[in-house]
Amino acid sequence: MRYLDEYRDARLAQQLAREIHRVTTKPWTIMEVCGGQTHAIVKFGIDQLLPKSITLIHGPGCPVCVTPLEMIDKALKIAARPEVIFTSFGDMLRVPGSTTDLLSVKARGGDVRIVYSPLDAVKLAAQNPGKEVVFFGVGFETTAPATAMAAFQAAQQGLKNFSLLISHVLVPPAIEALMSSPDCRVQGFLAAGHVCTVMGYEEYVPLASRYHVPIVVTGFEPMDILQGILMCVEQLEKGNAEVQNQYVRSVRKDGNRPARELVGRVFQVVDRKWRGVGEIPRSGLGFRDAYAQFDAEKRFAVEEHTVAEPAECLSGLVLQGLKKPHECPAFGTRCTPEHPLGATMVSSEGACAAYYRYRMPPAGVK
Amino acid sequence: MCLAIPGKIERITGEDPLNRMGKVNFGGVLKDACLAYVPEAQVGDYVIVHVGFALSRVDPDEAQKIFEYLEEMQELDEVGVPPGASLPKGGSEPAP
Repeated sequence: MRYLDEYRDARLAQQLAREIHRVTTKPWTIMEVCGGQTHAIVKFGIDQLLPKSITLIHGPGCPVCVTPLEMIDKALKIAARPEVIFTSFGDMLRVPGSTTDLLSVKARGGDVRIVYSPLDAVKLAAQNPGKEVVFFGVGFETTAPATAMAAFQAAQQGLKNFSLLISHVLVPPAIEALMSSPDCRVQGFLAAGHVCTVMGYEEYVPLASRYHVPIVVTGFEPMDILQGILMCVEQLEKGNAEVQNQYVRSVRKDGNRPARELVGRVFQVVDRKWRGVGEIPRSGLGFRDAYAQFDAEKRFAVEEHTVAEPAECLSGLVLQGLKKPHECPAFGTRCTPEHPLGATMVSSEGACAAYYRYRMPPAGVK
Repeated sequence: MCLAIPGKIERITGEDPLNRMGKVNFGGVLKDACLAYVPEAQVGDYVIVHVGFALSRVDPDEAQKIFEYLEEMQELDEVGVPPGASLPKGGSEPAP
């Protein structure tokens, strides 16, 4: 595939790795923010190409993983209603709530459907006027333009039976929360390339300056990640703390203006609770009053109640980069993708799922 | 957060910029994508698509930069230029 395969060239990846070895003179700890980057690192063994003195920490960039347990329980309550067609991206279906998950609700007769795009849900609403169609909108800034467009087009079409359950979170407040924690060992960041495709990278400049950390906007193929690491290490070796763009084929400094404009029309910034991390002020998106009719939380008036996490699940510590998946006592035994204890084992961007898929030894091998 | 892949626009429909849709080819698989956020994209362009929405047009010149950089590094390597320097060391090294 063009603009994909050529960035997986083994010889060129090795060349980048050699250059990283050449410039590294001190130990450095770097966090890759996005779960998609974590998966590429684990799948292609990028961490194993680096000098031992460079430590990669996996960040909280997995929107499925950070969606609070209360929100999953709300989704489950709405999905179980007989008049509802509940639509969602695929990997939300197996995320465990307090007692069950969407797949089980589906198995018991709930009309739960996987869709590729939020616009598919809008189409379903238009085709099923006797049903309430709900879309579970989970994602970072990358996904907000899509859910905003769904609400916008539903309003254009005058649909009365469509709503969205929104769980959108923002990256810069999460980085700020991480950096202000006393446990934080991160010295440099690989920022999320597709989030920045939408948002640009202006908002990272004050973060780089305030915490004196280099931030390199990075893509997702092996060569992108290696070049991002190289640029980050070169800055660290010089004592610099600037924002740089590695993912130049997709990211512009200004990002995607029409996308941000529509997001700003439909949504506003609100406080949000992150699963495993806690409440981060002004870290999420909620509906503006003009679009409140599309807010599934208001439409279905589901009661809020605080839920305790299963005691054994360490996903909170994994999301903050304080523990690696294989350091969890339940990893691979009581917690597997088939029977997950937490979201990090279910999501296609979850660190635990990545380690399970690419780092587990074959059966019978210790 | 970020699962998006590049595809080639084969066809565009829709007059209204906010309803502009494209048929995008991902290595042989054709899928619909909303092109509202890439008003400059035309048939033949590559776009990065996330959940049915094109979020950016792949800039072919920028896409080459990493390969140019690596080639330049390779050439400097062969002439024996250490990283960060622009001239070869004097003495034993032949002049370029």
